[in-house]
Amino acid sequence: MTPEKIRNIVEAALMTATEPLSIARLDTMFEPDIDRPSRDEIRAALEHLAGGCDGRAVELKQVASGWRFQVRADYSEWVNRLFEEKPQRYSRALLETLAIIAYRQPITRGEIENIRGVSVSAGIVKTLQEREWVRVVGHRDVPGRPELLATTRQFLDYFNLKSLSDLPSLAEIKDFEHINPDLFESLDQAPAGEGAIAAAPPVDESKFPPDSNIVPISG
Amino acid sequence: MTTTPDPTVEPASEQAEMPFAIVQGSPVTVLPYDLYIPPDALEVFLEAFEGPLDLLLYLIRKQNLDILDIPVAPITKQYMSYIELMEELHIELAGEYLVMAAVLAEIKSRMLLPRPEGEEEEEDPRAELVRRLQEYERFKQAAEDLDALPRLERDLFAAVVEFPGRRSTLAPPQVTLDAVLSAFAEVLQRADFFSHHHVQREPLSVRERMSLVLERVRADDFTEFRSLFTPEEGRAGVIVALLAILELLKEGLIEMVQNEINGPIYVKAAA
Repeated sequence: MTPEKIRNIVEAALMTATEPLSIARLDTMFEPDIDRPSRDEIRAALEHLAGGCDGRAVELKQVASGWRFQVRADYSEWVNRLFEEKPQRYSRALLETLAIIAYRQPITRGEIENIRGVSVSAGIVKTLQEREWVRVVGHRDVPGRPELLATTRQFLDYFNLKSLSDLPSLAEIKDFEHINPDLFESLDQAPAGEGAIAAAPPVDESKFPPDSNIVPISG
Repeated sequence: MTTTPDPTVEPASEQAEMPFAIVQGSPVTVLPYDLYIPPDALEVFLEAFEGPLDLLLYLIRKQNLDILDIPVAPITKQYMSYIELMEELHIELAGEYLVMAAVLAEIKSRMLLPRPEGEEEEEDPRAELVRRLQEYERFKQAAEDLDALPRLERDLFAAVVEFPGRRSTLAPPQVTLDAVLSAFAEVLQRADFFSHHHVQREPLSVRERMSLVLERVRADDFTEFRSLFTPEEGRAGVIVALLAILELLKEGLIEMVQNEINGPIYVKAAA
């Protein structure tokens, strides 16, 4: 098969697919062909197609479950005008819960509640599960065997991410002990004046928690 | 790391309460007696807090305070006034708000206690709270970052050519045509026994027969293929029945199975 033909077949498949297609999935499409292309050739075709989208409103993007054609975010303003209904907004409670699960997975509801300082409503967890962004991956081996929640591939797909390590980095925690080893001493040296703005500049080391190697298993 | 002098200093205790308005140059810190605030407006504002940590963070950030050096006494006072306000407005207070009030009161009292001379350094009573506040704040930020990520249906739109609503190819029935025909031949033979009857010419509708067959077959049970025919109808009748069955099969409304070669053929409605 010529690279051009592979490219066109891959493009055709991506155009009609309603979900991202992985290279493995694309590969199965060529199964009956005598001159079946290698996976490297398929990958090359994808990269060529992606390059061909330069300067266009549509891009070929690789997300967690595979490749998909999508309209670039730059044009959402106009595309959204086509729809009467506004895009759905999510509550802070839901987004905070989702963020904690994403960065701290696998995590129990109790642990989420510890961080947020309020109880996690069952409705939020249910919504997250219905959207297939979050699923139960197991149970913590403590009394009550609480469910362990983790994010899914669909979550990454939805938020345009290839893997969890693409998430924005968490802000650094300022260590109470180190920054302020002795409260009263520091008060003497630097009497209370304008309180320093405590927003810490994000540091690269905090890029991602150690559990970043957790890969959500699909299905 | 040694003991420190004057442990009773209460930092920033004179932290002024934020005036919520300036009227003719002078700050106003007490609500005018007759000021009407639509209760709903306040409720919306107060209900916007995602819990006690969120409320505390709001109080700290609003006054530009250092999160590592929270003036506990004034913050506790402000926190309590918010709680009272919420209670006044009959906002259902989550129990967590009251727990936090107790935590603040405890920290405040521990801060007031003089630290014993020469004793091993004790952890700042605020340390745990500061840790929790920071932990919460970073996820509050993470939630905002997450919300800002380009996402499907809002910023990104999957480009898809509309696909004709075609399902994967319908698998041909497992029963061979031969088997159907030989079974039918038997039926025909039996129909022949009745051929001497004078068959009234009556319009035979395949469509109508399809409905009749559909009524007879069930999804949860098998109906014998031969039982769907009425040999008494004669040749034309059974042929119409066969056409009806084949038509139903083609449309995927019924299924046919034959478990063994030359065994009986069964029909059932598609699930």
